[in-house]
Amino acid sequence: MNLSFVTYRIALPVRILLILLFAVFAFQTYGQDDVIPDKPNPQRLVNDYVGILQPDERARLEEKLRVYNDSTSTQIVILIVKSTEPYPIGDFSFQVGRKWGVGQKGQNNGLVLTWVPSTRKVFIATGYGLEGAITDAISKRIVSQIIAPHFKKEEWYAGLDEATTEIIQRASGEFKADASDDGDAGDGIIFFLIIFVIIVVIIWISRNRGGGGSNRNRGGGFFPVPFPTSTFSGWGSSSGNWGGGGGGGGSSFGGFGGGSFGGGGAGGDY
Amino acid sequence: MSKGLIIVIVIALIFGFFGCSTYNGIVGKDANVGEKWAQVQAQYQRRADLIPNLVNTVKGAANFEKSTLTAVMEARSKATSVQLSADQLTPENVQKFQAAQDQLSGTLSRLLAVSENYPQLKATQNFSELQSQLEGTENRITVARNDFNAAVKDYNVSVRTFPANIFAGIFGFSPKGFFEASQAAQNAPTVQF
Repeated sequence: MNLSFVTYRIALPVRILLILLFAVFAFQTYGQDDVIPDKPNPQRLVNDYVGILQPDERARLEEKLRVYNDSTSTQIVILIVKSTEPYPIGDFSFQVGRKWGVGQKGQNNGLVLTWVPSTRKVFIATGYGLEGAITDAISKRIVSQIIAPHFKKEEWYAGLDEATTEIIQRASGEFKADASDDGDAGDGIIFFLIIFVIIVVIIWISRNRGGGGSNRNRGGGFFPVPFPTSTFSGWGSSSGNWGGGGGGGGSSFGGFGGGSFGGGGAGGDY
Repeated sequence: MSKGLIIVIVIALIFGFFGCSTYNGIVGKDANVGEKWAQVQAQYQRRADLIPNLVNTVKGAANFEKSTLTAVMEARSKATSVQLSADQLTPENVQKFQAAQDQLSGTLSRLLAVSENYPQLKATQNFSELQSQLEGTENRITVARNDFNAAVKDYNVSVRTFPANIFAGIFGFSPKGFFEASQAAQNAPTVQF
C-alpha cells in the first residue's frame, strides 16, 4: 500500500518537487513566537529592561562584571525584567542563558541573575560549569541572605553589588581566561609586533625565493598556487581577526561565548 | 536506450541519494533523542536518590504522619522500576514512565506541603538543604524534559513529513513519545487534615 503510493508520486516528479518546496517553506515558518528577549545589541552584561537602576550604578556594575569576564572568562549577567510570563522565573533564566549563550562554550561558566521587581522575585541560574562552585544551596543563600535584606530596604545597587561580589569570590579559581581573551594592551602590542615580524620575514623569504627559483615553486606539483604566497595571504587574514578581538576586549564587553544551562541555581523573593 | 528508461534511472538515482541522506539525517536525530533521554533519566535518578535521605530526615525530626511517608516510598519504588532504554521510547512507554514519575512528584509535593506544619522540622539545616536540592533537581528535570521534547519533536517531524516518511517506514523508524504537560504537575496538591 505504501509502495503504490510511492509509484504514484514517481509518476509525477513535478508534484514531488512542489511538495518538497512546500515542505521547506513549512519548516522555515515553524519557529514560534517567544517572550525570551533577544541578545542585547551591543552585547552587555547588565540588562535593565525596567529602568530601576541609575545610569551610573548600571555602568559600575557593568564595569565590574566586564573586568571579571576579561580575567576569568566567567560571564555573569544581571537581567531586570518586567515579567517572565508565561514561564516561571527559573525556566525563564535558563532559556535566556541558553539563547544568549552566557558563559564560554565547552566550559559553560555563565550565570544569569534575574530580578523581577513587580513580583519581588530573584533567581540565580548557574551554567553547567558553575554548578559545583555555586550550588543551588549557595544560590539560595545569596538570594535570601544578601539580596533580600538589601532589596527590602530598596537598596537595589547594594544588593546586586554584594551578591555579585559573593558570586565572584565563590567562583574565583574555577576558570581562567584564555591568553587570547586577555584585554591587556601591552600583551596585544607585543603580539602584533611578533606577527608583523613574521609577516615581514615571510615576505622577504618569498621575494628571495621568487627571484631565485619561482619555477621550482610552481613545478612542485603539490600546491597549485606558489606556496609562500598562499602562506602569506593566510597570515594576513588571521592578523585581521586578532585586531577585531583586541578592539572588543579593550573597553567594552566582547560578547557572549555560547555557554549552556542545565537547570542549576535557585531563587526566592524578598 | 529509450527516453523512458533514462528517466526511470535518473529518478531512481535521485531517490537513492535522497534516501541515503534522509536515512543519515534520521539516524542523527535518533541519536540526539537517545542522548537527551539519558539526561532525563539521570535527573530523575538524582531525584530518586535524594528521597530516602529526605524521608529519614523527616522521620527523625518530627512525629510525622506515616501515610505520607509510605506513599512517597511506594511511589519512589514504582517510579524507579519503570526504566526505558533509548530504543523503547514509544508513545505508550513514555506515557507510562511519565505517569510513574508524576505520581512520585505528587506525593513529594504533598510531603513538602505537610512539612510546612512542622516548624521544628523546617528549622533544621538538613531539611532546608534537602529541600533546596530537591527544588534544583526539579528544575533540572524540567530542562532535561524540555530538551528531550525538542529532540523528539525534531525527530518526529522528519519521520512523519513526506517524503522522508516513506524512507522512515522502509528503515523502521517510528515516531517517539514525549512528555505532556500533566495536570497533576500543574495543580498544587490539596492537603487535607
